[in-house]
Amino acid sequence: MSAVLPKHIPVVREASPGLWALAWRRLRGDRVGMVSLAVVVAFLAMMLASYAGILAKDWNKERGVSYANPAFLAGAENLEAKEVTHKDFGTQAKPVDLSDIDPLAPRYKEWEERAAKIAVTEVKRAETLPFGGDKWGRDVLEKAIKGSEVSIFVGLTAALFATIIGTVLGALAGYWGGRVNDFLEWFYNIFTSIPYILLILAFAAVFKKGLDTIIVILALTGWTGIYRLVRAEYIKHCGREYVKAAQAIGASHFSRMFVHILPNASHVILVQLSQHVVGFIKAEVILSFLGLGVPVDMVSWGTMLAEAQNELVIGKWWQLVAAGASMAFLVTAFSMLTDSLRDALDPKLK
Amino acid sequence: MTTSEHLLQVQDLRVSFRVDKHNTFEAVKGISFDVPKNRTIALVGESGSGKSVSAMAILGLLPENARIPAASRALYGGEDLLKATPQRLQAIRGKDISVIFQEPMTSLNPVFPVGEQIGETLRLHMGLTARQAASRAVDLLAEVGIPNPALRVRSFPHELSGGQQQRVMIAMAIACEPKLLIADEPTTALDVTIQKQILELIAGLQEKHHMSVLFITHDLGVVGEIANHVVVMQNGVVQEQATVHAIFESPQHPYTKALLECRPRLDRRPKRLPVIDDFLKGTGAPRMEEQPRGVKEGDAVILEVKGLGKTFFLKEGLFGKRAVPAVKDVSFKLAKGKTLGLVGESGSGKTTVGLTLMRLHDATSGEVLFEGKNLLALSDREMMAYRRRIQIIFQNPYASLNPRFTIGNILTEPMKIHGIGANAEERVEMAFQLLKRVGLPEASYYKYPHEFSGGQRQRIAIARCLTMKPDVLICDESVSALDVSVQAQVLNLLQDLQEEFRLSYIFISHDLAVVKYISDQVMVMNQGEIVEIANSDEIYLDPKQEYTRKLLSSIPKGWDAARAA
Repeated sequence: MSAVLPKHIPVVREASPGLWALAWRRLRGDRVGMVSLAVVVAFLAMMLASYAGILAKDWNKERGVSYANPAFLAGAENLEAKEVTHKDFGTQAKPVDLSDIDPLAPRYKEWEERAAKIAVTEVKRAETLPFGGDKWGRDVLEKAIKGSEVSIFVGLTAALFATIIGTVLGALAGYWGGRVNDFLEWFYNIFTSIPYILLILAFAAVFKKGLDTIIVILALTGWTGIYRLVRAEYIKHCGREYVKAAQAIGASHFSRMFVHILPNASHVILVQLSQHVVGFIKAEVILSFLGLGVPVDMVSWGTMLAEAQNELVIGKWWQLVAAGASMAFLVTAFSMLTDSLRDALDPKLK
Repeated sequence: MTTSEHLLQVQDLRVSFRVDKHNTFEAVKGISFDVPKNRTIALVGESGSGKSVSAMAILGLLPENARIPAASRALYGGEDLLKATPQRLQAIRGKDISVIFQEPMTSLNPVFPVGEQIGETLRLHMGLTARQAASRAVDLLAEVGIPNPALRVRSFPHELSGGQQQRVMIAMAIACEPKLLIADEPTTALDVTIQKQILELIAGLQEKHHMSVLFITHDLGVVGEIANHVVVMQNGVVQEQATVHAIFESPQHPYTKALLECRPRLDRRPKRLPVIDDFLKGTGAPRMEEQPRGVKEGDAVILEVKGLGKTFFLKEGLFGKRAVPAVKDVSFKLAKGKTLGLVGESGSGKTTVGLTLMRLHDATSGEVLFEGKNLLALSDREMMAYRRRIQIIFQNPYASLNPRFTIGNILTEPMKIHGIGANAEERVEMAFQLLKRVGLPEASYYKYPHEFSGGQRQRIAIARCLTMKPDVLICDESVSALDVSVQAQVLNLLQDLQEEFRLSYIFISHDLAVVKYISDQVMVMNQGEIVEIANSDEIYLDPKQEYTRKLLSSIPKGWDAARAA
């Protein structure tokens, strides 16, 4: 043989590390990737802790005055809280004596006596809360933690389902072409020709209200863009020689579609996944606004943002910042993580 | 020669590229050469030799991360081009110095008619009005030999053939009557017959316009036809520069000798091709006895193709379809342990024959008899058993290996599919043995395809085929994308494997010298039909058909002392 090649090098024959093991090894070397991973994991842990009732269990308790100031703005004037206090005691007009004509008048005394027997403890409402309070004096920070539960869960799961639907359909259309492609394209065209909100309303009318419904709705309406991109990617790769080579060695259709081509299209899919997580967290806001989203006794970043609109006018910015910052942190970390993941999965980049 | 006779003097040119924060890659390591007036200089070298980078450095067309030290100079009329301002370079490019690139299809803008693209150069550099430019464009197209130029001036690039596109590129390059024409592998993407025409055109124009030409190529055969002076480059260094006469008659540097000897020749067929190492070690080309080739009457036949046809359908209009026959009524026999060469120009249907007979395309008609069984009539399940026995090696080693698989995955996958080897350990063991057999280190098993050079990848592709112990191997332009020295190694490997495993090859190539070297029988195809089929020695000595004769006469002959005299 040619002597250009190095002489026999003894190698330790170890089990070949798989694609994922290698990807993990590369990801560990990527500082940005690891920081993003830590942030995402922290958010997920927070979400689970809140779900398990360890964190923000009493988010619904009204512990502060209305629009309580954040702790670091303790001195600021709080007109809204004063107004409420005022309403309670000061401006009450003297009631007009209607006992002559009031048929219930004789019973007032009895009721008063009964009411006196019930012990009422006046809750001392806090003037300030760590990151301020909302209209009912609930802690904004706790709301944000509790809200992550719905938002992250909805965003991640819906994006995951949408990506799976889009990828599978896109792979089928791109790989098989012909009739399959025609049919799926037709299906796609019809789907996208219906206005988005109308489609959501239609789905919402069919399914019952609830979190799972939101996920189903978002997944069933959000796959279209991913489908097109994955389809294009498959059409491109089907013509590549390595796929022909796989066919020549007798690899099955399934193996060619998902073992050979899929890893080569993974960068598109991962970027789409991260974009859809962001999009779906925001879409949940719209759904909640339309009354199709989370029930009123629950909180999500979306509902917080919706409330914040009115508060901003009267200068109460903390709810907006709490929800917005949580979302921004998670979303930035998540998209940087998918970026790093894409690089880690690509053996060509170091 | 005095300085005034040199149009361009390149002195101590160094180019390095910043790879990342700590690493730089030195592509050109201090080369010097002169381009005399009214002469053709050839820069010859294999991929990675720095020949294109040198030319692009002169033109100021290097990417952002390139660094050229201040000591390097490229003097053009006393002016150092390497230190010229971008404005000055822009004025020089296209007017005084112009370029022709390798790929005409990607070098022309697909959305503008060719006349307009030629006219743009004229308006920018010569200050012509639109009307003047348009009429000059017609003249130029006529000059580069495009038929019916008045009509063609309004054609879009995709309406022209590859050769015509390259002619348009040349027309653009000579539009402003440059003093120096840089041709960067202008014929590499073209068929031999077209290549010959383009070379003649460039030579003719050089003489007519008294230009100098800097001709960049990897093919010494082409150099012998066109150049006056040759600069041989390897790994960013000039190994030898001399007149074309001296290079071909008495090459001094072992690398030049190796380049001349590695290429298969039409007049000889040694058992093995010499490789570069033979020369660098100083032993010179080993004496080799000639390898007899040819198929005799009684040889056992492994594969017989009868009346194979393949028609593609192009969409036309909304519902219409147009039939494009790619292969028409092709019949041939492949003898066991022998090689059938398949030659033809692009579009002749040679690749389609290969893909159709192993059912990577569905045939429209015909039979492929493998040991008496018609492969085209088998069901997918029945075909599986035969899939293993006919394998293919593709042209582009960069595309035919899945970039996400390790070499280990690539080699063990076919064994898993076909149940070769009792268990995983045995398969891994077989993979290691095959790597060794094709001359790759065992450590390759854990690497990814991008970590290998083109020649090494082609070895991996060969090893993948060997895992299935095939009987027939289709080599579809398998060595065309490789450098001559690597090509020689791979051809030697194929030859060894044929002897060892008694493989039968169908060797598809547009390179007639390579086909002559490796084939027992040669089949010439043109426009989907067989033109001629005969033993390889016969066909090259005594072609029966006009088309075969035309094809053979287009092969670059390299240096021909008689012609030069």
